[in-house]
Amino acid sequence: MPSDTGQAPVELALQSTPFAVRRALSGLFQDDRLGCLQKHQRGTAELLLAEVLNNVVEHAYANGTGDIEVSVGLRGRSLMFRVMDHGAELPGHILPSGTLADFGQHSDLPEGGFGWHMIRALAKDVEYRRQNGCNQLSFRLDLA
Amino acid sequence: MQLLAEKRDDLLIVRALDSRIDAAVAIQFKELMRDLVRTAPSRVMLDLSNVTFLDSSGLGAVVAVMKLLAPDSRLELSGLTPAVEKVFRLTRMDTIFTIHRSIPGDLHDAV
Repeated sequence: MPSDTGQAPVELALQSTPFAVRRALSGLFQDDRLGCLQKHQRGTAELLLAEVLNNVVEHAYANGTGDIEVSVGLRGRSLMFRVMDHGAELPGHILPSGTLADFGQHSDLPEGGFGWHMIRALAKDVEYRRQNGCNQLSFRLDLA
Repeated sequence: MQLLAEKRDDLLIVRALDSRIDAAVAIQFKELMRDLVRTAPSRVMLDLSNVTFLDSSGLGAVVAVMKLLAPDSRLELSGLTPAVEKVFRLTRMDTIFTIHRSIPGDLHDAV
Protein backbone atom coordinates (compact mmCIF):
# COMPACT_ATOMS: atom_id res chain seq x y z
CA MET A 1 0.00 0.00 0.00
CA PRO A 2 1.53 3.31 -1.02
CA SER A 3 2.36 5.68 1.76
CA ASP A 4 1.04 9.20 1.44
CA THR A 5 2.81 10.60 4.47
CA GLY A 6 5.29 13.31 3.73
CA GLN A 7 3.61 14.36 0.51
CA ALA A 8 3.46 18.13 0.20
CA PRO A 9 -0.02 19.65 0.29
CA VAL A 10 -1.45 21.37 -2.77
CA GLU A 11 -1.20 25.12 -2.26
CA LEU A 12 -2.88 27.90 -4.13
CA ALA A 13 -3.31 31.66 -3.81
CA LEU A 14 -6.34 33.42 -5.25
CA GLN A 15 -8.13 36.73 -5.31
CA SER A 16 -11.31 37.00 -3.28
CA THR A 17 -13.82 36.98 -6.15
CA PRO A 18 -16.49 34.36 -6.89
CA PHE A 19 -15.00 33.51 -10.29
CA ALA A 20 -11.50 33.15 -8.81
CA VAL A 21 -13.00 30.74 -6.26
CA ARG A 22 -14.53 28.74 -9.11
CA ARG A 23 -11.19 28.53 -10.95
CA ALA A 24 -9.30 27.67 -7.76
CA LEU A 25 -11.63 24.77 -6.94
CA SER A 26 -11.23 23.39 -10.41
CA GLY A 27 -7.43 23.79 -10.35
CA LEU A 28 -6.88 22.35 -6.88
CA PHE A 29 -8.66 19.08 -7.44
CA GLN A 30 -7.02 18.52 -10.82
CA ASP A 31 -3.65 18.28 -9.11
CA ASP A 32 -2.09 14.81 -9.30
CA ARG A 33 -1.61 14.74 -5.54
CA LEU A 34 -5.40 14.69 -5.14
CA GLY A 35 -5.94 12.50 -8.18
CA CYS A 36 -6.64 9.43 -6.04
CA LEU A 37 -9.91 10.92 -4.79
CA GLN A 38 -13.05 9.23 -6.02
CA LYS A 39 -15.61 11.35 -7.81
CA HIS A 40 -17.98 11.64 -4.85
CA GLN A 41 -15.08 12.42 -2.46
CA ARG A 42 -13.87 15.13 -4.76
CA GLY A 43 -17.40 16.55 -5.00
CA THR A 44 -17.74 16.69 -1.22
CA ALA A 45 -14.29 18.27 -0.78
CA GLU A 46 -15.07 20.84 -3.45
CA LEU A 47 -18.39 21.72 -1.82
CA LEU A 48 -16.82 22.09 1.62
CA LEU A 49 -13.99 24.29 0.38
CA ALA A 50 -16.38 26.35 -1.75
CA GLU A 51 -18.48 27.17 1.32
CA VAL A 52 -15.42 28.26 3.29
CA LEU A 53 -14.02 30.36 0.43
CA ASN A 54 -17.41 31.95 -0.27
CA ASN A 55 -17.55 33.04 3.38
CA VAL A 56 -14.13 34.68 3.07
CA VAL A 57 -15.21 36.49 -0.12
CA GLU A 58 -18.55 37.62 1.31
CA HIS A 59 -17.58 38.42 4.90
CA ALA A 60 -13.84 38.79 5.55
CA TYR A 61 -13.44 40.77 2.32
CA ALA A 62 -16.93 42.31 2.31
CA ASN A 63 -15.40 45.77 1.82
CA GLY A 64 -12.96 44.98 -0.95
CA THR A 65 -10.86 42.25 -2.42
CA GLY A 66 -7.71 40.62 -1.13
CA ASP A 67 -5.65 37.48 -1.23
CA ILE A 68 -6.70 34.06 -0.01
CA GLU A 69 -4.24 31.20 0.48
CA VAL A 70 -5.45 27.62 0.42
CA SER A 71 -3.64 24.45 1.33
CA VAL A 72 -5.09 20.96 0.88
CA GLY A 73 -3.16 17.87 1.88
CA LEU A 74 -3.92 14.20 2.04
CA ARG A 75 -3.12 12.54 5.35
CA GLY A 76 -4.14 8.93 5.66
CA ARG A 77 -7.87 8.77 4.89
CA SER A 78 -8.44 12.48 5.50
CA LEU A 79 -8.00 15.73 3.65
CA MET A 80 -6.46 18.50 5.75
CA PHE A 81 -7.45 22.04 4.77
CA ARG A 82 -6.05 25.41 5.72
CA VAL A 83 -7.47 28.70 4.46
CA MET A 84 -5.82 32.05 5.24
CA ASP A 85 -6.81 35.61 4.45
CA HIS A 86 -6.01 39.14 5.56
CA GLY A 87 -9.57 40.38 5.69
CA ALA A 88 -11.76 41.40 8.62
CA GLU A 89 -11.65 39.19 11.67
CA LEU A 90 -14.49 36.88 12.59
CA PRO A 91 -16.75 38.83 15.00
CA GLY A 92 -16.01 37.65 18.53
CA HIS A 93 -13.74 34.99 17.06
CA ILE A 94 -16.66 32.60 17.40
CA LEU A 95 -17.47 30.25 14.54
CA PRO A 96 -21.16 30.07 13.59
CA SER A 97 -22.92 26.97 14.87
CA GLY A 98 -24.59 26.39 11.52
CA THR A 99 -27.91 25.45 13.08
CA LEU A 100 -30.75 25.57 10.60
CA ALA A 101 -33.96 27.22 11.73
CA ASP A 102 -37.05 25.05 11.83
CA PHE A 103 -38.98 25.31 8.61
CA GLY A 104 -42.47 26.59 9.18
CA GLN A 105 -44.36 28.09 6.29
CA HIS A 106 -42.61 27.93 2.93
CA SER A 107 -42.70 31.72 2.88
CA ASP A 108 -40.39 31.67 5.92
CA LEU A 109 -37.81 29.42 4.31
CA PRO A 110 -34.29 30.70 4.71
CA GLU A 111 -32.39 31.74 1.58
CA GLY A 112 -29.08 31.85 3.42
CA GLY A 113 -27.34 30.27 6.36
CA PHE A 114 -26.87 26.99 4.52
CA GLY A 115 -23.14 27.49 4.15
CA TRP A 116 -22.09 27.05 7.77
CA HIS A 117 -24.63 24.29 8.19
CA MET A 118 -22.90 22.31 5.45
CA ILE A 119 -19.42 23.13 6.76
CA ARG A 120 -20.43 21.84 10.20
CA ALA A 121 -22.03 18.75 8.69
CA LEU A 122 -19.01 17.83 6.57
CA ALA A 123 -15.91 19.06 8.36
CA LYS A 124 -14.22 17.88 11.55
CA ASP A 125 -11.95 19.83 13.93
CA VAL A 126 -12.85 23.25 12.53
CA GLU A 127 -10.49 25.73 14.16
CA TYR A 128 -10.20 29.48 13.76
CA ARG A 129 -7.18 31.57 14.67
CA ARG A 130 -6.57 35.27 14.28
CA GLN A 131 -2.89 36.10 14.27
CA ASN A 132 -0.93 39.10 13.00
CA GLY A 133 -3.90 40.44 11.07
CA CYS A 134 -4.49 37.10 9.42
CA ASN A 135 -7.50 34.79 9.61
CA GLN A 136 -6.63 31.11 9.58
CA LEU A 137 -9.27 28.40 9.37
CA SER A 138 -8.22 24.77 9.48
CA PHE A 139 -10.45 21.74 9.17
CA ARG A 140 -10.47 18.11 8.18
CA LEU A 141 -12.61 16.05 5.84
CA ASP A 142 -12.66 12.32 6.49
CA LEU A 143 -12.95 10.48 3.20
CA ALA A 144 -15.86 8.07 3.14
CA MET B 1 -25.62 31.13 -17.07
CA GLN B 2 -28.10 29.75 -19.59
CA LEU B 3 -31.62 28.52 -18.94
CA LEU B 4 -33.85 26.93 -21.53
CA ALA B 5 -37.61 27.22 -21.02
CA GLU B 6 -40.34 25.13 -22.61
CA LYS B 7 -44.06 25.34 -21.94
CA ARG B 8 -46.17 22.18 -21.89
CA ASP B 9 -49.80 22.87 -21.07
CA ASP B 10 -49.88 23.73 -17.37
CA LEU B 11 -46.19 23.04 -16.89
CA LEU B 12 -43.20 25.29 -17.51
CA ILE B 13 -39.99 23.32 -17.81
CA VAL B 14 -36.76 25.21 -17.25
CA ARG B 15 -33.49 23.41 -17.95
CA ALA B 16 -30.27 24.72 -16.48
CA LEU B 17 -27.67 24.29 -19.22
CA ASP B 18 -24.62 25.16 -17.13
CA SER B 19 -22.81 22.64 -14.95
CA ARG B 20 -22.50 24.97 -11.96
CA ILE B 21 -24.95 27.09 -9.99
CA ASP B 22 -22.58 28.69 -7.50
CA ALA B 23 -21.85 32.01 -5.82
CA ALA B 24 -20.50 33.37 -9.10
CA VAL B 25 -23.85 33.07 -10.89
CA ALA B 26 -26.48 32.74 -8.14
CA ILE B 27 -27.82 36.28 -8.55
CA GLN B 28 -27.88 35.96 -12.33
CA PHE B 29 -29.72 32.65 -12.03
CA LYS B 30 -32.33 34.20 -9.77
CA GLU B 31 -32.88 37.13 -12.12
CA LEU B 32 -33.15 34.94 -15.22
CA MET B 33 -35.64 32.69 -13.43
CA ARG B 34 -37.65 35.70 -12.32
CA ASP B 35 -37.97 36.80 -15.96
CA LEU B 36 -38.87 33.30 -17.18
CA VAL B 37 -41.60 32.67 -14.60
CA ARG B 38 -43.28 36.05 -14.96
CA THR B 39 -46.25 34.44 -16.68
CA ALA B 40 -45.73 30.99 -15.29
CA PRO B 41 -48.43 28.33 -15.23
CA SER B 42 -49.29 26.62 -11.98
CA ARG B 43 -46.28 24.30 -12.09
CA VAL B 44 -42.68 25.15 -12.84
CA MET B 45 -40.15 22.35 -13.11
CA LEU B 46 -36.47 23.18 -12.85
CA ASP B 47 -34.38 20.45 -14.43
CA LEU B 48 -30.92 20.24 -12.90
CA SER B 49 -29.63 17.18 -14.73
CA ASN B 50 -26.73 19.18 -16.25
CA VAL B 51 -25.75 20.67 -12.89
CA THR B 52 -22.90 18.86 -11.17
CA PHE B 53 -22.12 21.56 -8.61
CA LEU B 54 -24.50 23.58 -6.45
CA ASP B 55 -23.29 25.52 -3.42
CA SER B 56 -25.21 27.26 -0.63
CA SER B 57 -25.57 30.42 -2.73
CA GLY B 58 -27.05 28.41 -5.58
CA LEU B 59 -29.36 26.62 -3.16
CA GLY B 60 -30.44 29.97 -1.68
CA ALA B 61 -31.30 31.18 -5.18
CA VAL B 62 -33.42 28.09 -5.87
CA VAL B 63 -35.27 28.64 -2.58
CA ALA B 64 -35.76 32.30 -3.47
CA VAL B 65 -37.36 31.32 -6.79
CA MET B 66 -39.69 28.93 -4.98
CA LYS B 67 -40.80 31.73 -2.65
CA LEU B 68 -41.20 34.09 -5.61
CA LEU B 69 -43.63 31.66 -7.26
CA ALA B 70 -45.71 30.98 -4.16
CA PRO B 71 -48.60 30.83 -3.56
CA ASP B 72 -49.94 30.78 -7.15
CA SER B 73 -47.33 28.49 -8.66
CA ARG B 74 -45.02 25.92 -7.23
CA LEU B 75 -41.46 25.02 -8.08
CA GLU B 76 -40.57 21.38 -8.53
CA LEU B 77 -37.16 19.94 -9.32
CA SER B 78 -35.94 17.13 -11.52
CA GLY B 79 -32.75 15.35 -12.46
CA LEU B 80 -30.65 15.95 -9.37
CA THR B 81 -27.12 14.62 -9.84
CA PRO B 82 -25.55 12.94 -6.78
CA ALA B 83 -23.57 16.03 -5.71
CA VAL B 84 -26.62 18.28 -5.97
CA GLU B 85 -28.82 15.74 -4.22
CA LYS B 86 -26.33 15.73 -1.35
CA VAL B 87 -26.70 19.50 -0.86
CA PHE B 88 -30.49 19.17 -0.68
CA ARG B 89 -30.16 16.29 1.78
CA LEU B 90 -27.61 18.01 4.04
CA THR B 91 -29.79 21.11 4.34
CA ARG B 92 -33.04 19.11 4.59
CA MET B 93 -34.36 21.02 1.57
CA ASP B 94 -35.17 17.60 0.09
CA THR B 95 -38.13 17.59 2.49
CA ILE B 96 -39.38 20.91 1.14
CA PHE B 97 -39.22 20.41 -2.63
CA THR B 98 -41.02 17.89 -4.78
CA ILE B 99 -38.15 16.17 -6.55
CA HIS B 100 -38.57 14.07 -9.70
CA ARG B 101 -35.99 11.71 -11.13
CA SER B 102 -36.44 13.22 -14.57
CA ILE B 103 -38.84 15.44 -16.45
CA PRO B 104 -42.17 13.59 -16.69
CA GLY B 105 -42.93 12.46 -20.21
CA ASP B 106 -39.36 12.76 -21.46
CA LEU B 107 -38.53 10.06 -24.01
CA HIS B 108 -35.62 8.67 -22.03
CA ASP B 109 -37.95 8.40 -19.07
CA ALA B 110 -40.44 6.16 -20.90
CA VAL B 111 -39.17 2.62 -20.41
